[in-house]
Amino acid sequence: MVEHCLRYRDDEPVGDPAVTVDAFAVQGNATAVRIEPGDDARALLPALDRIALIEINFPSYGDGRGYSAARILREHGYAGELRAVGDVLIDQLSHMRRCGFDAFAPDKPITPDAADKALATWPEVYQKTVDGRSPIWALRHGR
Amino acid sequence: MKILTGNDLGSGHVVWWDGQGWSRHVHDAVDVGDAADTILAAEEAARRVNASYAISATKGADGTVRPDHIKDRIRALGPTVRPDLALQPSDPHSGNWVI
Amino acid sequence: MYQYDQYDQAMVDARVEEFRGQVARRMAGEITEDQFKPLRLKNGLYLQLHAYMLRVAIPYGTLNGRQMRMLGDIADKYDRGYGHFTTRQNIQYNWIKLEDAPQILADLATVEMHAIQTSGNCIRNISSDHFAGAAADEVVDPRPYAELLRQWSSFHPEFDYLPRKFKIAVIASDTDRAAMRLHDIGIQIVKNDAGEIGARFYVGGGMGRTPMIAPVIREFVPALQMVSYAEACLRVYNRYGRRDNKYKARIKILVHEIGADEYRRQVEEEFAHILTLGLEPPQAEFERIAAFFADPGLESGLADGYDRSDPDFAVWADQNTTPHKQAGYRAVVISLKPAGGIPGDATADQIRLMADLAEVYSLDELRVTHTQNIVLPHVKQSDLYALWQKLDAAGLATANLDLIGDIIACPGLDYCSLANARSIPLAQKISARFAEPERQRALGELKLKISGCINACGHHHAGNIGILGVDRKGTENYQLLLGGSEAADTSLAQIVGPGFSEDGIVDAIETVTNVYLAQRAEGERFLDTYRRLGMAPFKEAIYG
Repeated sequence: MVEHCLRYRDDEPVGDPAVTVDAFAVQGNATAVRIEPGDDARALLPALDRIALIEINFPSYGDGRGYSAARILREHGYAGELRAVGDVLIDQLSHMRRCGFDAFAPDKPITPDAADKALATWPEVYQKTVDGRSPIWALRHGR
Repeated sequence: MKILTGNDLGSGHVVWWDGQGWSRHVHDAVDVGDAADTILAAEEAARRVNASYAISATKGADGTVRPDHIKDRIRALGPTVRPDLALQPSDPHSGNWVI
Repeated sequence: MYQYDQYDQAMVDARVEEFRGQVARRMAGEITEDQFKPLRLKNGLYLQLHAYMLRVAIPYGTLNGRQMRMLGDIADKYDRGYGHFTTRQNIQYNWIKLEDAPQILADLATVEMHAIQTSGNCIRNISSDHFAGAAADEVVDPRPYAELLRQWSSFHPEFDYLPRKFKIAVIASDTDRAAMRLHDIGIQIVKNDAGEIGARFYVGGGMGRTPMIAPVIREFVPALQMVSYAEACLRVYNRYGRRDNKYKARIKILVHEIGADEYRRQVEEEFAHILTLGLEPPQAEFERIAAFFADPGLESGLADGYDRSDPDFAVWADQNTTPHKQAGYRAVVISLKPAGGIPGDATADQIRLMADLAEVYSLDELRVTHTQNIVLPHVKQSDLYALWQKLDAAGLATANLDLIGDIIACPGLDYCSLANARSIPLAQKISARFAEPERQRALGELKLKISGCINACGHHHAGNIGILGVDRKGTENYQLLLGGSEAADTSLAQIVGPGFSEDGIVDAIETVTNVYLAQRAEGERFLDTYRRLGMAPFKEAIYG
């Protein structure tokens, strides 16, 4: 899995296997957690500073709950690796990046070149999210 | 009879399986028996057809093919409210064929 | 009217290039239809009965002459010489080739238009009052708020894979001309007691197989916080809307199942959090947008009144024009509902003519109404007669606004792969049966709406008379509904009884109108009489 992982961070990848959100609640010393679509990302908020890797699973690309989970985690200060796993396709990469994902482990590998092209799709963006980009409304008014 | 239909991938035209390839005319459609899944899988994979499916139809004594469901008859003819856009706009009886 | 700056243009251009690449990958077999379908849908491209269908966005229903002319040219160049205006204030082309689709989008981009998010499980094109900026009763022009939301919702990274499609309407008057409470989010721009402008949020309305009228979720959101509040509404929906059953995935089901109070509690909690993030554009950005709409160039000091000596003209002017906020002007509705015609269809030549007329007579503005007509919003009363003559010569002066001939009809089984029955032939038969203008006017306001399947694109739930086409053992069958309204007094129509054949339902409608004519009290519209009498006398007359 990790050999097919696209990472946009400089630190060393976490090798620990990710535990489920339920398991994390009882054995709170794990450093890697995996969120499924039905899980509440907010359950992890009290422990964000102890987690180094959060995987968010997309069993199907059409289930968009993971985008909200990712943003919630970043909005609450999570700074570790946020990895999208599962049915992650090239046409979703740029939106995922905007929601705070900085690593991708797609079921079907995506080449780094193709990913770079996808991530460059939008010259600017309309919304402020968690990726640090200045939205168009800010650029218009010199912010 | 069991016939196959779908849309041409690039043009979107309604097409019917004629045994060799895809025809725009429903009356060219052939009975595929129980080979529907095999043919459709191969044709979809080769991108010679899109959104294809098998339907039931009835062959007339004159050799014409009439899909059993009105939806596919409308697909075969064109919108009933625009006979001028039908595949054979000159045929005054085509509207009756649909209903 | 809003005009793109280099940022807006760059976004639309980027989208065209993205889609060009996606189409090429599909044609080359690099992606499957399953993977491609949601991508083409987000660019408005469906596969329908006869070909691909392209739905072009007309944000809040407003466009200028140049844009309208392009719509006509596209109909000629890439389609079969006509287009269909829809209940979402958009236009659809029925005979598009996949290979042409990227170039059509490129052509649209040259006139600041697109097909972004006109389908798919994302926030759709935002609709509004078709008399915005002209209506005498509006608090403010709702379109700057709609434009703010258009930009916020375009390519929103978090809300591109919602449980289901999501429709927003924005109005700013107590008279609802946009079926606002039948949207996933309906926003009414209001002024509070302190004189401040804000947004009242209705959430969880919709038609479809489970029609619901949206409850108020918040009475007043300060104007600039509208984006944050919408973000909160959508986030709760994205996280908790049902994904196990497509037919229960709209937000109305979530709001209904957990209750408006619980939904409101969750939204408020999320809103409080989102407010800390600073996601809203500043006042300066709102003012930049609003300035585009401030003054379309209306002259002041004109007198009301115009020469009505031509009786045919006077009938049309009374029926199809409405008061304007500025003295000396009227808003004109061009009916796309000639007797026996196809509701909402216009030929390329008609589209271009309407573009020309907008430039000459309406300060270069047109609107598309959700009732599938076209509005010239700013016409000088002194120009009305000349305008009418030109419309009449082109078959565009049918004087039937809000009458029984002004029928909403979805494309139905003649075009749509989801339909169970044809809608258009029924609309044609009904408008032909009631073609006599005096007869229509004697019936007065009567909104008749036809859907060819339970998805309700023809708004049958909101029709004073609604018709729903169903498939009964392979035969088209039509159910009759009575008592719906999409106006400020929103109500849902009720099914009368067993369904009818195509001819049978035309007869049943005539029976219904006869009951109304016999029983109406002074000044009552059809809807008023129905509400006073209830279903019984109508049912009795139909089924005996």
